[in-house]
Amino acid sequence: MASTITSTSGEPKLWLGGVEPMKASYGKLMMWFFLISDTFTFSGLLVSYGLIRYSFPAYKGEVADFAFSNLYWPIPEKVFAAVPFLHGVYLPLVFVGIMTFILIFSSVTMVLAVEAGHRMDRKNVEKYLLWTLLGGITFLGCQAWEWSHFIHGTDQGSVIRELINGEWIERTVFGASLKENQYGPVPFADLFFFITGFHGTHVFSGVVLNYLIFYRTATGFYDKRGSYEMVEKVGLYWHFVDLVWVFVFTFFYLV
Amino acid sequence: MANSHSHHVPSDGGAAQRKLIWKTFWVLLILTALEFLIAFTMHHGTLRITIFVLMTIVKAFYIVGEFMHLRHEIKTLIWLILWPVVLVLWLIVALIVEGGFIFEELNIFKFLK
Repeated sequence: MASTITSTSGEPKLWLGGVEPMKASYGKLMMWFFLISDTFTFSGLLVSYGLIRYSFPAYKGEVADFAFSNLYWPIPEKVFAAVPFLHGVYLPLVFVGIMTFILIFSSVTMVLAVEAGHRMDRKNVEKYLLWTLLGGITFLGCQAWEWSHFIHGTDQGSVIRELINGEWIERTVFGASLKENQYGPVPFADLFFFITGFHGTHVFSGVVLNYLIFYRTATGFYDKRGSYEMVEKVGLYWHFVDLVWVFVFTFFYLV
Repeated sequence: MANSHSHHVPSDGGAAQRKLIWKTFWVLLILTALEFLIAFTMHHGTLRITIFVLMTIVKAFYIVGEFMHLRHEIKTLIWLILWPVVLVLWLIVALIVEGGFIFEELNIFKFLK
Protein backbone atom coordinates (compact mmCIF):
# COMPACT_ATOMS: atom_id res chain seq x y z
CA MET A 1 0.00 0.00 0.00
CA ALA A 2 1.59 3.17 -1.21
CA SER A 3 -0.34 5.25 1.29
CA THR A 4 1.01 3.65 4.44
CA ILE A 5 4.76 3.76 4.57
CA THR A 6 6.76 2.95 7.64
CA SER A 7 9.46 5.52 8.15
CA THR A 8 12.95 4.74 9.34
CA SER A 9 11.95 5.44 12.94
CA GLY A 10 9.42 2.63 12.70
CA GLU A 11 6.53 5.01 13.13
CA PRO A 12 3.76 4.69 10.50
CA LYS A 13 3.21 7.81 8.45
CA LEU A 14 -0.11 8.32 6.71
CA TRP A 15 -0.55 9.73 3.22
CA LEU A 16 2.85 10.65 1.86
CA GLY A 17 1.35 11.50 -1.51
CA GLY A 18 1.77 15.22 -1.02
CA VAL A 19 -1.39 17.30 -1.40
CA GLU A 20 -4.48 15.50 -0.09
CA PRO A 21 -7.17 15.19 -2.76
CA MET A 22 -10.23 17.22 -1.78
CA LYS A 23 -8.49 18.11 1.47
CA ALA A 24 -9.60 14.87 3.09
CA SER A 25 -7.22 12.19 4.28
CA TYR A 26 -6.87 8.87 2.47
CA GLY A 27 -8.80 6.92 5.10
CA LYS A 28 -11.66 9.39 5.28
CA LEU A 29 -12.06 9.47 1.49
CA MET A 30 -12.12 5.71 1.32
CA MET A 31 -14.75 5.63 4.09
CA TRP A 32 -16.86 8.07 2.07
CA PHE A 33 -16.53 5.90 -1.03
CA PHE A 34 -17.52 2.83 0.94
CA LEU A 35 -20.52 4.68 2.37
CA ILE A 36 -21.61 5.69 -1.14
CA SER A 37 -21.53 2.05 -2.24
CA ASP A 38 -23.42 1.08 0.91
CA THR A 39 -25.97 3.77 0.05
CA PHE A 40 -26.55 1.96 -3.23
CA THR A 41 -27.17 -1.32 -1.41
CA PHE A 42 -29.69 0.22 0.97
CA SER A 43 -31.27 2.16 -1.89
CA GLY A 44 -31.75 -1.16 -3.68
CA LEU A 45 -33.75 -2.41 -0.70
CA LEU A 46 -35.79 0.79 -0.35
CA VAL A 47 -36.44 0.91 -4.11
CA SER A 48 -37.72 -2.67 -3.96
CA TYR A 49 -39.94 -1.66 -1.05
CA GLY A 50 -41.42 1.22 -3.07
CA LEU A 51 -42.00 -0.94 -6.12
CA ILE A 52 -43.62 -3.82 -4.23
CA ARG A 53 -45.59 -1.54 -1.90
CA TYR A 54 -47.28 0.21 -4.84
CA SER A 55 -47.95 -2.97 -6.78
CA PHE A 56 -50.26 -4.08 -3.94
CA PRO A 57 -53.64 -2.54 -3.13
CA ALA A 58 -53.70 0.04 -0.35
CA TYR A 59 -56.17 -0.13 2.55
CA LYS A 60 -59.12 2.05 1.55
CA GLY A 61 -61.32 2.26 4.65
CA GLU A 62 -61.17 4.28 7.89
CA VAL A 63 -58.04 3.87 10.00
CA ALA A 64 -60.14 3.02 13.06
CA ASP A 65 -61.79 0.06 11.31
CA PHE A 66 -58.51 -1.40 10.08
CA ALA A 67 -58.08 -5.17 10.40
CA PHE A 68 -55.15 -7.27 9.24
CA SER A 69 -55.61 -8.97 5.89
CA ASN A 70 -53.31 -10.48 3.30
CA LEU A 71 -55.33 -8.77 0.55
CA TYR A 72 -54.03 -5.21 1.08
CA TRP A 73 -50.91 -3.49 2.41
CA PRO A 74 -51.15 -2.87 6.18
CA ILE A 75 -51.00 0.49 7.95
CA PRO A 76 -47.62 0.30 9.73
CA GLU A 77 -48.79 2.00 12.95
CA LYS A 78 -51.27 -0.88 13.40
CA VAL A 79 -48.53 -3.47 12.97
CA PHE A 80 -45.92 -1.90 15.23
CA ALA A 81 -48.00 -1.10 18.29
CA ALA A 82 -46.48 -3.23 21.03
CA VAL A 83 -44.07 -2.24 23.79
CA PRO A 84 -42.16 -4.67 26.06
CA PHE A 85 -43.72 -5.33 29.50
CA LEU A 86 -47.00 -3.73 28.38
CA HIS A 87 -48.68 -6.76 26.91
CA GLY A 88 -51.93 -6.11 25.09
CA VAL A 89 -51.72 -2.32 25.39
CA TYR A 90 -52.15 -0.55 22.06
CA LEU A 91 -49.25 1.92 21.78
CA PRO A 92 -48.67 2.61 18.08
CA LEU A 93 -45.09 3.44 17.06
CA VAL A 94 -44.04 4.16 20.66
CA PHE A 95 -41.36 1.49 20.80
CA VAL A 96 -39.90 2.36 17.40
CA GLY A 97 -39.87 5.99 18.57
CA ILE A 98 -37.77 4.99 21.57
CA MET A 99 -35.41 3.07 19.25
CA THR A 100 -35.07 6.11 16.98
CA PHE A 101 -34.26 8.31 19.97
CA ILE A 102 -31.60 5.85 21.20
CA LEU A 103 -29.89 5.79 17.80
CA ILE A 104 -29.95 9.58 17.35
CA PHE A 105 -28.55 10.02 20.85
CA SER A 106 -25.76 7.51 20.22
CA SER A 107 -24.91 9.50 17.09
CA VAL A 108 -24.57 12.62 19.26
CA THR A 109 -22.24 10.89 21.72
CA MET A 110 -20.21 9.58 18.76
CA VAL A 111 -19.69 13.05 17.31
CA LEU A 112 -18.77 14.28 20.80
CA ALA A 113 -16.12 11.53 20.94
CA VAL A 114 -14.78 12.70 17.56
CA GLU A 115 -14.69 16.28 18.85
CA ALA A 116 -12.82 15.20 21.98
CA GLY A 117 -10.38 13.31 19.72
CA HIS A 118 -9.51 16.54 17.92
CA ARG A 119 -8.39 17.92 21.28
CA MET A 120 -6.48 14.69 22.11
CA ASP A 121 -8.74 14.45 25.16
CA ARG A 122 -8.48 10.70 25.81
CA LYS A 123 -10.74 10.61 28.87
CA ASN A 124 -13.65 12.20 27.05
CA VAL A 125 -13.15 10.02 23.94
CA GLU A 126 -13.42 6.98 26.22
CA LYS A 127 -16.49 8.31 28.00
CA TYR A 128 -18.41 9.18 24.84
CA LEU A 129 -17.42 5.97 23.06
CA LEU A 130 -18.82 4.01 26.00
CA TRP A 131 -22.13 5.90 25.74
CA THR A 132 -22.17 5.20 21.99
CA LEU A 133 -21.54 1.51 22.62
CA LEU A 134 -24.33 1.43 25.17
CA GLY A 135 -26.71 3.07 22.69
CA GLY A 136 -25.78 0.63 19.93
CA ILE A 137 -26.19 -2.44 22.11
CA THR A 138 -29.51 -1.18 23.50
CA PHE A 139 -30.76 -0.59 19.97
CA LEU A 140 -29.82 -4.14 18.97
CA GLY A 141 -31.64 -5.48 22.03
CA CYS A 142 -34.75 -3.50 21.12
CA GLN A 143 -34.60 -4.81 17.58
CA ALA A 144 -34.30 -8.39 18.82
CA TRP A 145 -37.44 -7.88 20.89
CA GLU A 146 -39.28 -6.31 17.97
CA TRP A 147 -38.35 -9.17 15.65
CA SER A 148 -39.44 -11.70 18.23
CA HIS A 149 -42.81 -9.97 18.63
CA PHE A 150 -43.24 -9.68 14.87
CA ILE A 151 -42.47 -13.37 14.38
CA HIS A 152 -44.72 -14.62 17.19
CA GLY A 153 -47.62 -12.33 16.35
CA THR A 154 -50.66 -11.16 18.29
CA ASP A 155 -52.69 -13.30 20.68
CA GLN A 156 -55.64 -13.76 18.33
CA GLY A 157 -53.66 -14.02 15.11
CA SER A 158 -55.57 -13.03 12.00
CA VAL A 159 -57.64 -14.74 9.35
CA ILE A 160 -56.12 -14.77 5.89
CA ARG A 161 -57.87 -15.73 2.64
CA GLU A 162 -56.12 -17.68 -0.08
CA LEU A 163 -57.23 -18.87 -3.51
CA ILE A 164 -56.16 -22.50 -3.73
CA ASN A 165 -57.28 -24.58 -6.73
CA GLY A 166 -60.07 -22.10 -7.47
CA GLU A 167 -61.44 -22.23 -3.93
CA TRP A 168 -61.19 -19.60 -1.22
CA ILE A 169 -59.58 -21.06 1.86
CA GLU A 170 -59.66 -19.17 5.16
CA ARG A 171 -57.30 -19.92 7.99
CA THR A 172 -55.85 -18.24 11.05
CA VAL A 173 -52.18 -17.27 10.98
CA PHE A 174 -50.08 -16.23 13.96
CA GLY A 175 -47.12 -13.94 13.41
CA ALA A 176 -44.94 -13.74 10.35
CA SER A 177 -42.18 -15.60 8.59
CA LEU A 178 -40.76 -15.42 5.08
CA LYS A 179 -43.66 -17.59 3.87
CA GLU A 180 -46.61 -16.50 6.02
CA ASN A 181 -47.75 -13.19 7.37
CA GLN A 182 -50.62 -12.32 9.68
CA TYR A 183 -50.20 -8.56 9.19
CA GLY A 184 -50.54 -8.29 5.43
CA PRO A 185 -49.20 -9.64 2.14
CA VAL A 186 -46.17 -11.95 2.52
CA PRO A 187 -43.72 -9.49 0.85
CA PHE A 188 -44.46 -7.01 3.68
CA ALA A 189 -42.89 -9.41 6.18
CA ASP A 190 -40.07 -10.31 3.79
CA LEU A 191 -39.17 -6.65 3.33
CA PHE A 192 -39.38 -6.07 7.08
CA PHE A 193 -36.90 -8.88 7.73
CA PHE A 194 -34.54 -7.87 4.92
CA ILE A 195 -34.48 -4.12 5.51
CA THR A 196 -34.39 -4.00 9.32
CA GLY A 197 -32.15 -7.09 9.33
CA PHE A 198 -29.62 -5.54 6.98
CA HIS A 199 -29.68 -2.34 9.00
CA GLY A 200 -29.31 -4.31 12.24
CA THR A 201 -26.27 -6.08 10.79
CA HIS A 202 -24.78 -2.66 10.13
CA VAL A 203 -25.48 -1.59 13.71
CA PHE A 204 -23.78 -4.77 14.91
CA SER A 205 -20.68 -4.09 12.76
CA GLY A 206 -20.70 -0.53 14.10
CA VAL A 207 -20.75 -1.79 17.68
CA VAL A 208 -17.77 -4.08 16.93
CA LEU A 209 -15.83 -1.21 15.32
CA ASN A 210 -16.70 1.10 18.19
CA TYR A 211 -15.48 -1.48 20.66
CA LEU A 212 -12.19 -1.82 18.77
CA ILE A 213 -11.52 1.92 18.77
CA PHE A 214 -12.61 2.15 22.42
CA TYR A 215 -10.06 -0.56 23.26
CA ARG A 216 -7.32 1.22 21.32
CA THR A 217 -8.20 4.54 22.91
CA ALA A 218 -8.18 3.06 26.41
CA THR A 219 -4.80 1.41 25.85
CA GLY A 220 -3.33 4.70 24.61
CA PHE A 221 -2.79 3.57 21.02
CA TYR A 222 -4.06 6.80 19.43
CA ASP A 223 -2.13 8.97 21.88
CA LYS A 224 1.03 7.18 20.76
CA ARG A 225 0.06 7.58 17.11
CA GLY A 226 -0.61 11.25 17.73
CA SER A 227 -3.98 11.28 16.00
CA TYR A 228 -7.54 10.20 16.78
CA GLU A 229 -8.52 10.11 13.12
CA MET A 230 -9.69 6.51 13.36
CA VAL A 231 -12.44 7.64 15.74
CA GLU A 232 -13.52 10.08 13.04
CA LYS A 233 -13.63 7.37 10.35
CA VAL A 234 -15.66 4.95 12.50
CA GLY A 235 -17.80 7.96 13.41
CA LEU A 236 -18.63 8.49 9.73
CA TYR A 237 -19.79 4.88 9.54
CA TRP A 238 -21.86 5.17 12.72
CA HIS A 239 -23.62 8.33 11.51
CA PHE A 240 -24.36 6.59 8.24
CA VAL A 241 -26.08 3.79 10.15
CA ASP A 242 -28.14 6.43 11.96
CA LEU A 243 -28.93 8.09 8.63
CA VAL A 244 -30.18 4.82 7.14
CA TRP A 245 -32.45 4.36 10.16
CA VAL A 246 -33.96 7.81 9.58
CA PHE A 247 -34.97 6.63 6.10
CA VAL A 248 -36.15 3.19 7.26
CA PHE A 249 -38.20 4.89 9.99
CA THR A 250 -39.94 7.18 7.51
CA PHE A 251 -40.55 4.72 4.69
CA PHE A 252 -41.29 1.60 6.69
CA TYR A 253 -42.99 2.89 9.82
CA LEU A 254 -44.54 6.27 8.98
CA VAL A 255 -45.62 6.35 5.32
CA MET B 1 2.10 15.09 12.07
CA ALA B 2 1.03 17.88 9.78
CA ASN B 3 0.56 15.38 6.96
CA SER B 4 -2.05 13.20 8.62
CA HIS B 5 -4.77 15.57 9.74
CA SER B 6 -5.96 18.97 8.80
CA HIS B 7 -7.75 19.70 12.08
CA HIS B 8 -6.53 22.36 14.43
CA VAL B 9 -7.82 22.73 17.93
CA PRO B 10 -9.87 25.93 17.96
CA SER B 11 -8.91 28.66 20.40
CA ASP B 12 -12.06 28.10 22.48
CA GLY B 13 -11.16 24.42 23.01
CA GLY B 14 -14.00 23.24 20.76
CA ALA B 15 -16.81 24.83 22.78
CA ALA B 16 -18.43 26.33 19.67
CA GLN B 17 -18.38 22.98 17.93
CA ARG B 18 -19.94 21.21 20.92
CA LYS B 19 -22.68 23.82 20.94
CA LEU B 20 -23.36 23.11 17.26
CA ILE B 21 -23.52 19.35 17.98
CA TRP B 22 -26.16 19.83 20.68
CA LYS B 23 -28.08 22.23 18.46
CA THR B 24 -28.16 19.57 15.74
CA PHE B 25 -29.38 17.04 18.31
CA TRP B 26 -32.31 19.25 19.29
CA VAL B 27 -33.22 19.85 15.64
CA LEU B 28 -33.30 16.09 15.01
CA LEU B 29 -35.27 15.41 18.18
CA ILE B 30 -37.86 18.10 17.50
CA LEU B 31 -38.30 16.98 13.88
CA THR B 32 -38.83 13.38 14.99
CA ALA B 33 -41.35 14.50 17.62
CA LEU B 34 -43.17 16.53 14.96
CA GLU B 35 -43.28 13.46 12.73
CA PHE B 36 -45.07 11.58 15.51
CA LEU B 37 -47.52 14.42 15.98
CA ILE B 38 -48.31 14.41 12.25
CA ALA B 39 -48.58 10.60 12.18
CA PHE B 40 -51.45 10.72 14.68
CA THR B 41 -53.24 13.92 13.74
CA MET B 42 -53.20 14.03 9.95
CA HIS B 43 -55.20 11.96 7.49
CA HIS B 44 -53.35 9.44 5.35
CA GLY B 45 -52.68 10.84 1.91
CA THR B 46 -50.24 12.35 -0.55
CA LEU B 47 -49.80 15.57 1.44
CA ARG B 48 -48.81 13.62 4.55
CA ILE B 49 -46.31 11.51 2.61
CA THR B 50 -44.82 14.67 1.06
CA ILE B 51 -44.39 16.26 4.50
CA PHE B 52 -42.72 13.10 5.86
CA VAL B 53 -40.33 12.89 2.90
CA LEU B 54 -39.39 16.57 3.23
CA MET B 55 -38.78 16.21 6.99
CA THR B 56 -36.63 13.14 6.32
CA ILE B 57 -34.52 15.10 3.83
CA VAL B 58 -34.05 17.91 6.37
CA LYS B 59 -32.97 15.37 9.00
CA ALA B 60 -30.58 13.75 6.49
CA PHE B 61 -29.15 17.22 5.73
CA TYR B 62 -28.34 17.78 9.42
CA ILE B 63 -26.88 14.30 9.98
CA VAL B 64 -24.71 14.34 6.85
CA GLY B 65 -23.89 18.05 7.02
CA GLU B 66 -23.07 18.45 10.72
CA PHE B 67 -22.47 14.99 12.23
CA MET B 68 -20.60 13.69 9.18
CA HIS B 69 -19.08 17.13 8.69
CA LEU B 70 -19.78 17.13 4.95
CA ARG B 71 -21.09 20.72 5.00
CA HIS B 72 -17.62 21.88 6.02
CA GLU B 73 -15.71 19.91 3.39
CA ILE B 74 -14.73 21.43 0.05
CA LYS B 75 -17.28 21.72 -2.75
CA THR B 76 -15.83 18.98 -4.97
CA LEU B 77 -16.22 16.39 -2.21
CA ILE B 78 -19.77 17.56 -1.42
CA TRP B 79 -20.87 17.18 -5.05
CA LEU B 80 -19.03 13.89 -5.38
CA ILE B 81 -21.19 12.48 -2.58
CA LEU B 82 -24.45 14.19 -3.54
CA TRP B 83 -24.69 13.44 -7.26
CA PRO B 84 -24.92 9.64 -6.99
CA VAL B 85 -27.61 10.13 -4.32
CA VAL B 86 -29.63 12.41 -6.61
CA LEU B 87 -29.59 9.68 -9.26
CA VAL B 88 -30.76 7.16 -6.65
CA LEU B 89 -33.67 9.45 -5.72
CA TRP B 90 -34.67 9.41 -9.37
CA LEU B 91 -34.58 5.60 -9.36
CA ILE B 92 -36.84 5.47 -6.28
CA VAL B 93 -39.43 7.77 -7.89
CA ALA B 94 -39.26 5.86 -11.20
CA LEU B 95 -39.81 2.47 -9.62
CA ILE B 96 -42.62 3.64 -7.33
CA VAL B 97 -44.44 4.85 -10.45
CA GLU B 98 -43.60 1.54 -12.11
CA GLY B 99 -45.09 -0.29 -9.11
CA GLY B 100 -48.32 1.62 -9.64
CA PHE B 101 -48.42 0.44 -13.26
CA ILE B 102 -47.82 -3.16 -12.22
CA PHE B 103 -50.78 -2.84 -9.86
CA GLU B 104 -53.05 -1.35 -12.53
CA GLU B 105 -52.02 -3.47 -15.51
CA LEU B 106 -51.70 -6.88 -13.98
CA ASN B 107 -54.10 -6.19 -11.13
CA ILE B 108 -53.61 -9.58 -9.59
CA PHE B 109 -56.38 -8.77 -7.15
CA LYS B 110 -59.14 -7.85 -9.61
CA PHE B 111 -60.76 -11.28 -9.41
CA LEU B 112 -61.35 -10.81 -5.69
CA LYS B 113 -64.38 -8.59 -5.91
